[in-house]
Amino acid sequence: MALLQIVEPGQTTAPHQHRLAVGIDLGTTNSLVATVRSGVAETLPDATGSHLLPSVVRYFADQAPIVGQEARDHAGEDPLNTIASIKRLMGRGRCDVRRTGNHLPYAFAGCEEGMAILKTAAGEVSPVEVSAEVLKVLKERAESALGGELVGVVITVPAYFDDAQRQATKDAAYLAGLKVLRLLNEPTAAAVAYGLDRGSEGIHAIYDLGGGTFDISILHLHQGVFEVMSTGGDSALGGDDMDHAVAEWILAESGIAPSADQQRVRQVIEMARIAKERLTVDEAVPLRLDLPDGTVWTETLHRSTFDALIDPLIARTLHACQRALRDADVTASEVKNVVLVGGATRVPRVRKKVADLFGHEPISDLDPDRVVALGAAIQANILVGNKPDDEMLLLDVIPLSLGIETMGGLVEKVIPRNTTIPVARSQDFTTFKDGQSAMVIRVLQGERELVRDCRSLARFELRGIPPLVAGAARIRVTFQVDADGLLNVSAQELSTGIRSSVQVKPSYGLTEAEIERMLRDSMDHAREDVDARNLREQQVDADRVLDSLAHALVADAALLSQSERVVIDEAVAELASVRRGTDHRAIHAAREHLERVSQAFAARRMNRSIQQVLTGHRLTEFSEGQ
Amino acid sequence: MSITMTDAAAARVTAFLQKRGKGVGLRLGTRTSGCSGLSYMIEFVDSPQEGDHVFEDHGIKVFVDPKSFLYLDGTELDYAKEGLSEGFKFHNPNVKNSCGCGESFHV
Repeated sequence: MALLQIVEPGQTTAPHQHRLAVGIDLGTTNSLVATVRSGVAETLPDATGSHLLPSVVRYFADQAPIVGQEARDHAGEDPLNTIASIKRLMGRGRCDVRRTGNHLPYAFAGCEEGMAILKTAAGEVSPVEVSAEVLKVLKERAESALGGELVGVVITVPAYFDDAQRQATKDAAYLAGLKVLRLLNEPTAAAVAYGLDRGSEGIHAIYDLGGGTFDISILHLHQGVFEVMSTGGDSALGGDDMDHAVAEWILAESGIAPSADQQRVRQVIEMARIAKERLTVDEAVPLRLDLPDGTVWTETLHRSTFDALIDPLIARTLHACQRALRDADVTASEVKNVVLVGGATRVPRVRKKVADLFGHEPISDLDPDRVVALGAAIQANILVGNKPDDEMLLLDVIPLSLGIETMGGLVEKVIPRNTTIPVARSQDFTTFKDGQSAMVIRVLQGERELVRDCRSLARFELRGIPPLVAGAARIRVTFQVDADGLLNVSAQELSTGIRSSVQVKPSYGLTEAEIERMLRDSMDHAREDVDARNLREQQVDADRVLDSLAHALVADAALLSQSERVVIDEAVAELASVRRGTDHRAIHAAREHLERVSQAFAARRMNRSIQQVLTGHRLTEFSEGQ
Repeated sequence: MSITMTDAAAARVTAFLQKRGKGVGLRLGTRTSGCSGLSYMIEFVDSPQEGDHVFEDHGIKVFVDPKSFLYLDGTELDYAKEGLSEGFKFHNPNVKNSCGCGESFHV
């Protein structure tokens, strides 16, 4: 007979209507699936009792792909067909892969829709398809463990994942036959797993040091609402780097050249990894290595030596923590709880350094490898309605500002970065030219002031704007970001109501490293960006005045006397010449001067056009309304 | 007669109650639904209902409403692992037949 689980009071469902839901931690190195059974979140093991599924897929020409430990074990034999760390390529274009230095050992094929495509024995596969293979295995595991079909899943993603990467993750789930209830930020999931959402109001820091990535997130819990205040980290820093640091030390101590054959280097790295894990408990570990000349090298690695080796790495994480705190505008002492996530946080030195920074012991009761999956499971359980009295509402943030292009290649930010989602913001824009009947809306993501320094997510056109003078039309642009971080942009001309919109399923292509670079650049270039913006704004204004005056002079030159015309022409020439320069103040002054000397001309034109309109009409025609 | 549970079931219930952090015991019951007429329910209890039969086994209070008790008397609750799946099982002497999946039954 079927096996039953204890449910919350009053939540018993009819047979065959259990709402089975799981949380999935789709990791760079390992993935996990967890569920809530009898009120307790737990990760689900496979038939051999192992909970972690290595995120490795091996493709074959004539059989179905193999996923997990077996694929990882044979990675060395068949490197081109064994795909690991695919998460790093999710939502990235092939050209991005090139730009970030192609150190991945895979064969890349042509871009399809801008996506990176890998060539394997089974044909061309995309990162989305590779991730789907991992998800399929977790889905099967969950369905056989729970005895039924899954209603939905919550999948976790790094807080800094952009729209493209989130969409790619959703696509992978769809391919694997999973219904995604929600994408959840990994740090938020960790906080949920520890139950920080229950009555622990205040600021929490999630320190996540995994195998190959480091993330720090500052969360704020207020009235049961989680808000991600800031995120930071290093997408190429993790436990593996500790192994490498120890391996280099072993190589140096034992006198093996670092250029030794790959086989030997791998062996030393493996030895380093085992030593690192043992030093979590032991104060010292003996090392033994057979040297190529037949002698045996032995040495003892003390924890103090190990600590010294990894301190530079830890220092980098602490630096990122401080930056995240600064971004969130809080001090270390204001942080109420620090949660440790990721296998590398088992290292005692890491715990000590983190405790020193924040001034108190971090929380680490749960298995740091599983905590994210557990939180996702708890969230999934609530979302399918197995616990409807729960009011937990999770808020996440967008990682980079979203905005649109305005005249002169400037970016107008509509939603600033770190705004909590879901969010909808509107801003009114107007036309630049008289009679302008269409507008191109270009959606951008980034922190810089100029379009060329930001990432273009999408563009669409709003047509059918009624012919009006420049600046009279009102076009409302609305940005909506849903709970999964996906963006919808719409534009509406307010007098006619015509509208146009785009669902941003962005052109794949922004890397984690690029997000970081873009953030850094925005700080480094703040000063010059402001100058560049001022200059562009003044140039745009100057162009607008010159353009409209030129039209007016053609149409109504008769309204000016010879001497007035000379003054205006001089001012026009002056503005046109400084406009070509880079002094925004001079352009501003010249434009104001031109506007002043042409004021009387503008007034006369206005009077005449009113007269023209009124001539031949009785006043009552106007007061009776249009 | 009464309701009992195996050592395995008692250990799990105790652990679940402890992790949940609240609740006075376990409610077993039946509902009229499912493909064969009746189905089981198993819930945590925060507040007992009037008229509940209360049993205690392995230090755990088990609450059963009078109507359900007609169908459950003599039941032993067990905890089992089957392949990757694990959960609670009712050893109910009153059952005449059950549906293929065992989620609902007939007395």
